[in-house]
Amino acid sequence: MSKPSDLVQGTLDMLILKILALEPLNGWAISQRLKQISSDVLGVSDGSLYPALHKLQHRGWIRAEWKPSENNRRAKFYSLTRVGRQQLEKETASWNRVSAAISGIVQLKEA
Amino acid sequence: MDMQQWLYSMPARLRSLFHSNQVDQEMKEELREHLDQQIKENIARGMSAEEARRTAVRAMGGITQIEQQCRDARGGNLVEDFVQDLGYGCRQLLRNPGFSVLAILCLTLGTGANAVVFSWVEGILFRPYPMVAHQERLFALAGTARGETGATELSWADFQDLRRSCTMCEDAFVSKITGSTLSVGDHAETARGSIVSANYFNAIGVRPVLGRGFETSEDVGSDSHPVVVISYDLWRDRYKSDPNIIGRMQRFNNVPHTIIGVAPQGFYGTFVGWAMQFWVPASMEETFESGGYKLESRDERWIEAYVRLAPGVTRTQAQQELSAIGARLATDYPTTNRGRNFAIWALWETPFNNARTLLPTLEVMVAVVGFVLLIACANVANLLLVRSFTRRHEMSIRLAIGASRVRLLKQLLTEGLILAALGTTGGLVVAYWCRHALVLLLPRRSGVAMYLPGQIDARVMALSVGLCLLVTLIVGFFPAFHTRKLDLAGPLKAESAGVVGARGRAWMRSGLVVLQVSLSFVLLVGAALLLKSLEKIRTTSPGFTTTSVVTTGVSLVAAGYDEKRAKTFQDELIDRLSALPGVESAAFARVTPLGYGTYSSTPIAVDGYQPSLEEQPALEYNQVGPGYFSTMGIALLSGREFTRTDDENAPLVAIVNRTMVARYWKGEDPVGRRLQVKGRWARIVGVAADSKYESMREATKPFFYVPLRQDFVRGPVLNIRTHLPLPAVSGTLVREVHALDANLAVYEMITLQEQVNRSTSPQLVAVTLVSILGGLALLLAGVGLYGVMSYAVAQSTRELGLRMALGAGAANLLRLVISRGLRLTAGGLVFGFMAALALTKLLAKLLYSVSPHDPMVFASVLAVMTITATSACLLPAWRASRTDPARVLRD
Repeated sequence: MSKPSDLVQGTLDMLILKILALEPLNGWAISQRLKQISSDVLGVSDGSLYPALHKLQHRGWIRAEWKPSENNRRAKFYSLTRVGRQQLEKETASWNRVSAAISGIVQLKEA
Repeated sequence: MDMQQWLYSMPARLRSLFHSNQVDQEMKEELREHLDQQIKENIARGMSAEEARRTAVRAMGGITQIEQQCRDARGGNLVEDFVQDLGYGCRQLLRNPGFSVLAILCLTLGTGANAVVFSWVEGILFRPYPMVAHQERLFALAGTARGETGATELSWADFQDLRRSCTMCEDAFVSKITGSTLSVGDHAETARGSIVSANYFNAIGVRPVLGRGFETSEDVGSDSHPVVVISYDLWRDRYKSDPNIIGRMQRFNNVPHTIIGVAPQGFYGTFVGWAMQFWVPASMEETFESGGYKLESRDERWIEAYVRLAPGVTRTQAQQELSAIGARLATDYPTTNRGRNFAIWALWETPFNNARTLLPTLEVMVAVVGFVLLIACANVANLLLVRSFTRRHEMSIRLAIGASRVRLLKQLLTEGLILAALGTTGGLVVAYWCRHALVLLLPRRSGVAMYLPGQIDARVMALSVGLCLLVTLIVGFFPAFHTRKLDLAGPLKAESAGVVGARGRAWMRSGLVVLQVSLSFVLLVGAALLLKSLEKIRTTSPGFTTTSVVTTGVSLVAAGYDEKRAKTFQDELIDRLSALPGVESAAFARVTPLGYGTYSSTPIAVDGYQPSLEEQPALEYNQVGPGYFSTMGIALLSGREFTRTDDENAPLVAIVNRTMVARYWKGEDPVGRRLQVKGRWARIVGVAADSKYESMREATKPFFYVPLRQDFVRGPVLNIRTHLPLPAVSGTLVREVHALDANLAVYEMITLQEQVNRSTSPQLVAVTLVSILGGLALLLAGVGLYGVMSYAVAQSTRELGLRMALGAGAANLLRLVISRGLRLTAGGLVFGFMAALALTKLLAKLLYSVSPHDPMVFASVLAVMTITATSACLLPAWRASRTDPARVLRD
């Protein structure tokens, strides 16, 4: 199974939720956006994106509907649900807490 | 997952469950869309069309895997997979109907045997009284006496004190079994009933469907409230569901009673073993019990009772409080209560009904059916292993095209579940048919069949479902374990022949056969021990003649005879009977040994015997008529028998048994010494040999006899010593009785041997059940061994052919196969032997003068198992010896 090896498990979920919080997007667009924002540092493979989308949908955090895309083909657009937004807030808060703690430790001056 | 999120996730979940095809299509479309976009972008970057496609696919990392991962990511997959597996599994089973039917039958047998025994345990031991409220807090209440093991009955006065003082008891009520001849119209028959305290129906939470229950005042006084509540069945069958039954008069034991209520349908009272047909208040005790008015005496112990503890009170706490109350009563009333106390028992240990007699049998049965289930599972697991061999091609292909091993495991477990569920359903149907079957194994008494219903309630169902899941795990485990070793290439290459390639599985199958053989061995040893024990019981002398003595009774109490009339009648009948040719002698007695009746118990004092301070010697005794000992064939070791002259006007006399002599007179001949019975001194006139009194399995105990005339009961049993055949005696007796009084009825007449047989019926039940199940286990083990050997032979035809080509004769091959089968059997027998040595101790309670390690029993079971195993191997061995080397090697 190809898991995002260098991505903290669960972080991908948060990123997807964050991207979808800005606007509804289809799978392709989400993958492009992921690459843009993270400047390829996180290296999310397309292989792990779709299972993650399906998982989020089944947790009720995002919903999907078929709409014509820019090039007028049918595409599946994902958007955030209300519980998804709450989840995003929760995860952001906990992310901030954890990252603040970690950066605090990392920046400790050696005596 | 919180509620809100759950709601939000529902649409997607429902869609993937019910529109899985569409969801799958959409997912493929979505992925294709992504791929197309990527290809387009790659082309835009200047790649060739072919290169663009390849790069795009590589970037995604395999479309099929992603599709599967997406499916897995959808939570609904669990259900979806299950539904899919279920359909697939059913198709698999239908493809192999022979296999499926055999496997399901095996499991039906295993789970059915368990469900039947659970239903008996539930219906007879745990929840024995249909419609009675809160049986989980109900306990049997009886008395104890120092120096006596087991329970004694209670006096009404002690019970009333207990009921008033017990704070931990929510309620306490009396329910004492009794009987009556019931004549409705011209049809008379025996009816069973209970003498109860007035609070009975309220305490058990049962409302009569017609009329009322008893009022508080109705259990007070001497024969003062002739009222009766009848059972629904009695009302329906004997009174044709008469809606105006309330207020009608009905004679019970010749006393007119007013019918005041009809109990609801399905309520059978509170006695394990009989369905009660009527209930009378305790104030009517004199009409139904011999021995006069007993409600105000602490000395007359005759009642059996129950308490329901308050919620949250433990048995230990309640017992402590009851013991304190008992101790106080012993201090307040030392003459009657010294050394006595109260005790409570769980319903399944109730000392005064058939729960206690059936408990050891049912305990053993629970273990036995567990064994049978294991054997059945081993058989089915073996069948599945054979099939998993033929299916390994299919499994390898599924693995190769991307199914995960977990998915295969789920598939195999689902197939196990289908088998287990069908087997359990079949088992429950079997249990439903057999739930009342226990009573069929018990002999009928007095024309009324015992009532021992099994109950299939939610608890039994839940247990069966639990067993079903356990079976699923067991039978699913073996083939699943086998797929662990499945490698992708092996089976795809070619079907490998011979047993060598399948060593792992052969080992597993052999292990299962060893297990079956050893479990069957244990069961057969158990069955053989019980059989031998029953044989011993039935051939042991009870201390009285069993063959040429018959026992019966005459309905004097029911006909309303008073004491004087009863005495005259008894003397006249004995005279008439003794004058008949073929009749040697006849004698009345209060209780027949080993019969249903219970002996009276009384405190005694012995001249020259000083009991310790806390000891209150009390013994059981029997009231017997003149000529009792010669009629019964009980030897007199010293002194004389009772005669006609030992009547109410003569000095009190007694005859004691040998064990009593040893205990109280240190073995010296006590004839001429004195014994105090019920506070009056009697002179000992004889010493009788020891005999069995209540049970064939009892140890010898001190016991004595007093003349019937000096402690009179109106309704004794009649014993006749004769060489005439039973029907002839019976006809003669009816004629003689009717010559004296045409209104009297004669009860069922049986030989004392029959009486002995009836008293050993719990042993008979155990023998029958364990033998049936042991036989089935032997059959299953035989089939299992046969299966393994046939399979081994079929798989190694090439090897056998080679051996033959190299010069082995048919006899060699025959020997080869049989010796292999016997090696397996020997392994099973070794384990079985050790297990049996450890486990047969559990049978000790049911065994009579047979050691649980009886060498003869072990040896004969060894022989039987060896013969069975040899025959199971014969056919496969014969087939092996017929191998045609030319044909096998050509193929």
